Amino acid sequence: MAEVNLILVGVNHKTTPVEIREKLAFTKGKIEESVDHLFNFPDIIEHTILSTCNRVEIYARANCQDSAIKSIKQFICDFHGLSLLELEDHFYSYRNKEAVEHLFRVSSSLDSMILGEAQILGQVKEAYSLARDLRSTGLVLNQLFEKAFSIAKKVREETGIAERSVSISSAAVELAQKIFDDLENHTVMLVGTGEMAELAAKHLISYGVKTVYVTSRTYERAANLARTLNGSALDFEAFKNELHRADIVITSTSAPNFIIKKEIVEKAIHERKNKPIFFIDIAVPRDIEPDVNDLENVYLYDIDDLHVVVSANIKEREKEAENAMNFISQEVTKFNNWVGALDAVPTIVEIRKKAENIRKQEIEKTLKKISHLSENDKQLLRQMSSSMVNKILHKPTIKLKQKTQSEDGHVYLKAIRHLFHLDD
Amino acid sequence: MANITFNTTLLIYLLTMLGHTFYLVNRKPLVKSVSFFSLGLGLFFHTITIGLRSMETGHGPYTTGFEITSFFAWVIVVIFFITEWKYKIKDLGAFVIPIVFLIFLYSAFQSREYSLIDESATMFWLTMHRTLSIIGYAAFAIAFGAAVMYLIQENQVKNKKLGVMYFRMPSLEVLDNLNCKVIAIGFPLFTLGFMTGSIWNVKTDESLFSWDIMRTWPLIAVWLIYCCVFFGRLLVGWRGKKAAQGAILGFVAIIFSYFFHVV
Repeated sequence: MAEVNLILVGVNHKTTPVEIREKLAFTKGKIEESVDHLFNFPDIIEHTILSTCNRVEIYARANCQDSAIKSIKQFICDFHGLSLLELEDHFYSYRNKEAVEHLFRVSSSLDSMILGEAQILGQVKEAYSLARDLRSTGLVLNQLFEKAFSIAKKVREETGIAERSVSISSAAVELAQKIFDDLENHTVMLVGTGEMAELAAKHLISYGVKTVYVTSRTYERAANLARTLNGSALDFEAFKNELHRADIVITSTSAPNFIIKKEIVEKAIHERKNKPIFFIDIAVPRDIEPDVNDLENVYLYDIDDLHVVVSANIKEREKEAENAMNFISQEVTKFNNWVGALDAVPTIVEIRKKAENIRKQEIEKTLKKISHLSENDKQLLRQMSSSMVNKILHKPTIKLKQKTQSEDGHVYLKAIRHLFHLDD
Repeated sequence: MANITFNTTLLIYLLTMLGHTFYLVNRKPLVKSVSFFSLGLGLFFHTITIGLRSMETGHGPYTTGFEITSFFAWVIVVIFFITEWKYKIKDLGAFVIPIVFLIFLYSAFQSREYSLIDESATMFWLTMHRTLSIIGYAAFAIAFGAAVMYLIQENQVKNKKLGVMYFRMPSLEVLDNLNCKVIAIGFPLFTLGFMTGSIWNVKTDESLFSWDIMRTWPLIAVWLIYCCVFFGRLLVGWRGKKAAQGAILGFVAIIFSYFFHVV
């Protein structure tokens, strides 16, 4: 058996603009259609197509890597009626270890546009299960994908890759959760009905906030939004007197000046007996006087502050991605060893078969020449030859199994096959 | 025998402290579980140590400086376990166990000579004074840990510098609640301890005014600080940062007062 050749051909958001990616995408129906096409290429033994909005990738086990890579590129273009000549530069291809590493990175969300996003793992799982249903995968790809899933799970659990929020509204919720214990018994007040404010409020509600007040210069709009959020509307003139009721205040008015000043907040916080208030000012120009943050038990974040938090979180995710990469490298080596050991078994079988043939031939030839032996004696000689062969091959077999687990296992295999003339 | 269990306890507390601190950095659940288990083991050996000593001396662990210090560390661990069970604040250990270790380490350097117990009727008041005060102090030690965490977390949220600790520590409200509750338990106990101590003093010296100033003033200062923290929250709404600063100031005062009062 030849060595196991894994390859990957694809395009993703880093190499290819969306106008091209969307043309290359495979829907479920298209994948079903592709199976036979791909098996028409004699070089391809197993394959899986992964197609998401950010990537189109075909993983395959092939007899000959070069020709399989070429065939797959050609297939992707032909299948979508495009010219390979124009798209050649967009494709990347990886072999063996690199292909394994790439899949592990993709499913662990290290290759995603938003590092650590949760969707990709589900998409890879879906692609794999479709491929299994279509019987386009086999021993090696099955093992590869199963491994990729367990690694992705571990990366999620053991690194902080998905820990920190990377959008404005989720960062705001996260801050609220660091100020208040559980959001359930807390009250949010929306000053202004901006879209971002609404989004943040919905996010907070999904985390348990029950009481919502909405106020706006146009009462009508406040009432409408209050209805969708299951809250109540407040008169814009009066909201400053009600400020003490709110734990979280989100402002998004189009007012040209500060509408919430330090004195108002000071009064509110006094009325609340110093219970903290978290102000989120999404408006530009800002609605809340920045000095408000100097008051004790008051926390004020404007849109820029939230942007800073988000970009710091993204950086942190990048750091965690490095940790995850160390772990993935180890797993790639392990997988490689598994693939290597896969190669040793057929080689050992072949060597044993060859030795057994020689033994049989030689012992029978000799026994024919010694005619005076009884059948019992002949049997004894046969047994002896058998155990000689076994004893001679025993140590090399064990060593070979061990060596194929190592980094340069394939070199040993090649040498052994060469020395025993297995490929002739 | 008591020496062996004492040294074992000291070693275990050291490892537990390192474990909790390490968990703060590396976040492996296994480290947390091992540290938790090892603290339990430490408490076990600590209890045996105190038990053996009490069997030898024939009285509870509250007569000599050595006994009081060791008992103080023991009560902190017990209250810490209760807090862990009720609040499940992951990193509290990193801020409380070092206190336990340092106090216990300090007791290692103290004389282990026995002190004969005074069989007189006033002994009851002295024992009450010491036991109640130590439990109160231990509650204040937990409040101190929670307060340090509060200030770290508050500083990050306020100044918008969200470091690693921001993600790992619980919310300000949880930490402030814990601070409030342990002080609400510790302050009355400490006050009772203070009162029983005064009664003992009166009974032995038969005068309320013969107090040794150097021994008494630091205690009054501690009491005043916690009185402000306790009633400040109740009456004027001193919460959050002020309460945390108060709890830290109070605990520092306790450490100082110890040297004046017990040593």
